[in-house]
Amino acid sequence: MTTADYAVTVEGLNKHFGAHHAVKNLSMQIRQGEIFGFLGPNGSGKTTSIRMMCGLLTPDSGSGTCLGYDIIRQRAEVKRRVGYMTQRFSYWEDLSIRENLDFVARLYQVPNRKAVVDETLEELQLTSRAKQLAGSLSGGWKQRLALAASLLHKPKLLLLDEPTAGVDPTARRIFWEELHQLAAKGISILVSTHYMDEAERCHRLAYISYGELLCQGTSAEMIQQRQLTTWQITGRHLVQLNRTLEACPGVEQVVAFGTALHVSGTQAELLRDTVEQHATREGYDAKIIDTSLEDVFINLMKTSEGAFN
Amino acid sequence: MRYFNLSRWWSIVLKEFLQIRRDRLTLGMIGALPIIQLTLFGFAINTDPKHLKTDIVLAEQSEFTRSFISALRNTGYFDIEDALSSQSEADAALASGRAQFVISFPNGFSAQLLKDQKPKVLVEVDATDPTTTANALSALNKVAQSALKRDLNHVVHVVDSNSPYSYELMIHKRYNPEGITQYNIIPGLMGVILSMTMVMMTSLSITRERERGTLENLLAMPVEALEVISGKIIPYIIVGLIQCTTILLFAKLLFRVPFEGNMLTVYAVSLLLILANLMVGITISALARNQLQAMQMTFFYFLPSILLSGFMFPFFGMPKWAQIIGNVLPLTHFNRVIRGILLKGNGWVEIFPNVWPIMLFALTVMLLGVFFYKNTMD
Ligand SMILES: Nc1ncnc2c1ncn2[C@@H]1O[C@H](COP(=O)(O)OP(=O)(O)O)[C@@H](O)[C@H]1O
Ligand SMILES: [Mg+2]
Repeated sequence: MTTADYAVTVEGLNKHFGAHHAVKNLSMQIRQGEIFGFLGPNGSGKTTSIRMMCGLLTPDSGSGTCLGYDIIRQRAEVKRRVGYMTQRFSYWEDLSIRENLDFVARLYQVPNRKAVVDETLEELQLTSRAKQLAGSLSGGWKQRLALAASLLHKPKLLLLDEPTAGVDPTARRIFWEELHQLAAKGISILVSTHYMDEAERCHRLAYISYGELLCQGTSAEMIQQRQLTTWQITGRHLVQLNRTLEACPGVEQVVAFGTALHVSGTQAELLRDTVEQHATREGYDAKIIDTSLEDVFINLMKTSEGAFN
Repeated sequence: MRYFNLSRWWSIVLKEFLQIRRDRLTLGMIGALPIIQLTLFGFAINTDPKHLKTDIVLAEQSEFTRSFISALRNTGYFDIEDALSSQSEADAALASGRAQFVISFPNGFSAQLLKDQKPKVLVEVDATDPTTTANALSALNKVAQSALKRDLNHVVHVVDSNSPYSYELMIHKRYNPEGITQYNIIPGLMGVILSMTMVMMTSLSITRERERGTLENLLAMPVEALEVISGKIIPYIIVGLIQCTTILLFAKLLFRVPFEGNMLTVYAVSLLLILANLMVGITISALARNQLQAMQMTFFYFLPSILLSGFMFPFFGMPKWAQIIGNVLPLTHFNRVIRGILLKGNGWVEIFPNVWPIMLFALTVMLLGVFFYKNTMD
């Protein structure tokens, strides 16, 4: 693939805040027209990375392009072409919905501004509330307004920073349907998120922890890279078993999933011995299952925490 | 142009207008602040203080000196003790500030007056605070013209009003002879009020966007520093001109400040002062991380403006270093210009030496503002 096939490429990005190394050697590629999921716990450097990509922060070192424009030297070009939705709602709460859209459309010099704004209000089903102040909208509506506003200038790349945080499940589902429609039109989307179900909806993923990119690829690739064997155990007294298993050889993590435990580890033989020793004889039901993305993320998180503590 | 695009700039201007319209606090400040400040300062810093302590040094009493003194008392400006002082006592009173005026009648005043020898009455004024004594002095001059006319008529039957039987007032301004300007305060107050409101309102404007998180959005959009900075101040220019009109109306109707010069010139230099202060405000708001810092910086600018511009203390009475700082500040020059226009009827030729420093200041601060307003979040 050439750089022309990528919406975003960054190489070795670093960012410090004082002594704190917030992003470490980040290299990442987002292909044209894909939905790229950016995962990681709070404070892992997702927002900082996205800000560097859209020209809001200057990296201490490293390089990159966004839609073919240099993220350091051609910021103005990048800003003109990228749609960015901030983590926190950042439209003007003392302006009405229409005034916000109108301001953004003017600023980007959108042709046929009035028609575009009217159309957007129509699509948002906010025409009747166009005069309402943006600050009076609920979380879900704010998020839809923010998405619509960031799409006014028809960007080829969308950078969405935790767009669905604090939004109810139905609104999230609708939001993701919209993202897939946009991707189908050829728009590339980077979306950071906490939610596992959202991770599954992405074409490709990256996982970042303590500023370090630990893993990137499709969900299948990520599951494969991690080489985890996972056992599912059902039965009674799972809480007690959970505690026992955690200290056993070969067990890297035990996670309770409803009425079952997922026990995972990279050393398959050792794990089998442990599971057979503890879980089979006392009337439990244990079987090997496909490792899920969630197991992988929990594993990534545990390993990186272990490395830092 | 790459760094300035008219339609992007206009989008900022419109947005600011809409936001000011909804901001009750700002609207209140625009309307009420000049009125409150004018009435507070205008009356508290009394432009027309009465009952100024006056000592009389008198060698001999006569009908003429008595009626002169009672005429002085009647003006209300002079608080005259019945006891007379010696010249040395009077001098000490003036030096210590116990008396603002000392009036000395020469030996043989009445006799000289009647022989038409034009006796000289010496008036010594403490002029450290020129505005305190200005009105009293003019009252004194009026008294001098009329007080003794009736008495003299009575004695020598003077018919003609240009009486040859007269005396001379010798006014001796002590301690600050050059500082006397009438109506100093109100025109000076105009500059102070404009500076205060303009800087206060704009110094919060970018800071507020930063604190509300909207700055991140603005920065992510393709808008340049010059567009943001100049776009944000436009609505405040109009606000400033409205305030300017309020103050001028008050000056004319309530304080009866004379309007000698051209009003267009008054508005032109006021506009210049407004611009200079808006630049200061917007630069502060580009620098400040939060509203507290913005307020602190505002006061850091504001204190020398009030103290060193000649508004509080007579400019040429200040030490050299204070004059140097004062000369940088736009308020210093504005005070001179506005007094020149309103009180002396100055035109562009006379005021220009004080106009270009304001222009230079505004331009410099604007460049600083554009420099400090970063297009990134770094
Ligand atoms: N402007 C800043 N100044 C100082 N530290 C910052 C700043 N922005 C982010 N950080 C720190 O950098 C780290 C990464 O933050 P962030 O990129 O917001 O993470 P995430 O978006 O993944 O939650 C955090 O520890 C945060 O405290
Ligand atoms: Mg974040």
